[in-house]
Amino acid sequence: MTSGTLSKDGATEGPGGSGAGAGTPLMTVRDLTKHFPVRAGFPFKRTVGAVRAVDGVDFTVHEGESFGLVGESGCGKSTTGRLLARLIDPTAGTISYRDRDITHAGRKEMAPIRSEIQMIFQDPYSSLNPRQTVGTIIRGPMEINGIDPPGGREARVRELLETVGLNPEHYNRFPHEFSGGQRQRIGVARALALEPKLIIADEPVSALDVSIQAQVVNLLKGVQRDLGIAFLFIAHDLAVVRHFSQRIAVMYLGRIVEVGERADIYERPRHPYTHALLSAVPEVDTGDTDAAGQGDAAPARERIRLQGDVPSPTDPPSGCRFRTRCWKAQQRCAAETPPLIRIGGNAEGHLTACHFPEEGTTLAH
Amino acid sequence: MSTQESGPFLSVRDLRVHFPTDDGVVKAVDGLSFDVWRGKTLGIVGESGSGKSVANQAVLGLHNPKHTRISGEIHLEDQELTTAPERRLEQLRGNKVAMIFQDPLTALSPYYTVGRQIGEPFRKHRGASRKEARERTIDMLARVGIPHPARRVDDYPHQFSGGMRQRAMIAMALMCDPDLLIADEPTTALDVTVQAQILDLLMELQQEFGSAIIMITHDLGVVSRVSDDVLVMYAGRAVERGTAREVLGRPRHPYTWGLLSSMPRLRGDVGRDLVPIAGTPPSLLAPPPGCPFEPRCAFSDHVADPVDCATDRPALPEERGAACHLTAEQKRTIFAERIRPRLR
Repeated sequence: MTSGTLSKDGATEGPGGSGAGAGTPLMTVRDLTKHFPVRAGFPFKRTVGAVRAVDGVDFTVHEGESFGLVGESGCGKSTTGRLLARLIDPTAGTISYRDRDITHAGRKEMAPIRSEIQMIFQDPYSSLNPRQTVGTIIRGPMEINGIDPPGGREARVRELLETVGLNPEHYNRFPHEFSGGQRQRIGVARALALEPKLIIADEPVSALDVSIQAQVVNLLKGVQRDLGIAFLFIAHDLAVVRHFSQRIAVMYLGRIVEVGERADIYERPRHPYTHALLSAVPEVDTGDTDAAGQGDAAPARERIRLQGDVPSPTDPPSGCRFRTRCWKAQQRCAAETPPLIRIGGNAEGHLTACHFPEEGTTLAH
Repeated sequence: MSTQESGPFLSVRDLRVHFPTDDGVVKAVDGLSFDVWRGKTLGIVGESGSGKSVANQAVLGLHNPKHTRISGEIHLEDQELTTAPERRLEQLRGNKVAMIFQDPLTALSPYYTVGRQIGEPFRKHRGASRKEARERTIDMLARVGIPHPARRVDDYPHQFSGGMRQRAMIAMALMCDPDLLIADEPTTALDVTVQAQILDLLMELQQEFGSAIIMITHDLGVVSRVSDDVLVMYAGRAVERGTAREVLGRPRHPYTWGLLSSMPRLRGDVGRDLVPIAGTPPSLLAPPPGCPFEPRCAFSDHVADPVDCATDRPALPEERGAACHLTAEQKRTIFAERIRPRLR
């Protein structure tokens, strides 16, 4: 449905394609699709349908940039991350890494690339082996890939522990001796061990308390900035993504509905779903009456109340997938799938999949 | 309001909830006092382990007395709950006081239909027949926005989506028109668009039934949206309280400042890094003798001698204010000059 649209993604068209995110494409996906079969029946389970977790997604992550993927549960953002890490095989579409098609690359072919793509997971408790010391955990990737850094592996591990703000002396401790935030730092150190080009971070801070979350967000920001590592940052928290990513894609029911620079998404969103999502986030009202300095505070966002739940991904609505909950939906939305394009009024690299886009500000007048 | 003159609906004084363990006594709640008024919402904010859930479970008598030591006073209107027999508490739960839990999938039994579970408190407390309970359940499901309630009442919890389960939990909590609703992170497991629906629903129902609500959450945005009054908890104690406008607009405790500065925002400058709170919360086995926040506090050196934050425990003023040794003038200027600019 969204195939044959290679030219539509303005952001990926050569240098200067988009503002801050412009650069050399590192990883590009085209029409990426993952359907999980649903089996039923006894005794021979037959395929009776499919969960269309990811259904035709196009985007590019450039070298050194942080690309954010936001959406609610079940929108396919984590599946997209796992597809990019080649942990699961796509049903259709292509994934290319530095102009090499790795969609169906085998173990051998992937081996040299694996070390360049690392993951950070959500749960700092289940993603570290409780029976291994921190040193063993962080050394693991180097051993698997047979990498001997100058000065030795242990020195490198100590250096990494220092980079992520942990005491290098804690080399021989076990994960249970650390707090949640510290464990997440261990996960970051492990991801950095092979000097990757791309880190896929799936909800890396959502299990952490707010004061600890800020520590880890700052750490990841520093890593991205200082080491020039590109990030695919997957999260449901719009405020966290805003702080971390320069370019952001909003997903809904297996598709990207809007993608653009940070300011495009947060200040001039065009897709009704992006509007609804932003307006649903409860913000802290610090009270404008308090001081003169608050006069420049932006006005409150217009509240949009979405009705109902997200439809099932086994049987998504025809046309625009958001139409069943959209207040602007018309006949055309059911008949025609809106392409993800640069619609009139959008800045370069800002793409929106909507027939009846919003004006472009989320703030009430 | 005239009801205010008659005193708070729920009044907690010097509550202590201690759990003896092999490693020592965990002081999960250690000297907590607060009031909840009819028709008002008290937001209790704090991070994991601050004691916000444990304190409210004590209100409902949900701790196992074999493993818990509870002291202090909990007054619900004219009843004292800490010494009340289990039978009395049973009469209150789900009737006058109801609770909404964070995870509706674990709070609902998978073996019974949603309708049967929602109807249970009504049958128990009001002696209603199966038929009457079923009718009221259908009404309540409609009231909380479940489509086709007459059909969905016979569904099992797994047939409901996350948002619908939380609505079902709210319907169950409201079956007996409770005067106090304790909502423990009711929207944390939900997506933002569903969270907005549930918060709106709770506020509407409060308007309609005039219940008092305790909203326990770690999310300052949620607190800001629903609360009249706010209590900030840290390491088992309240460190700041006041109206939502005071606590969020003119916070006076360094921990509240830390929470606000470490929170990522949807607007304002993103070039700057967030300002996290250094370190981690203290162990509740051996909390610091003085101010529990002192080890992480960036401003304790502003406190003039002879007061020592590390050994002198600051008191929390009645009504409003912060448990902190900084002078009122220092709190005001530090917030205005150092903290507020970060929040832009």
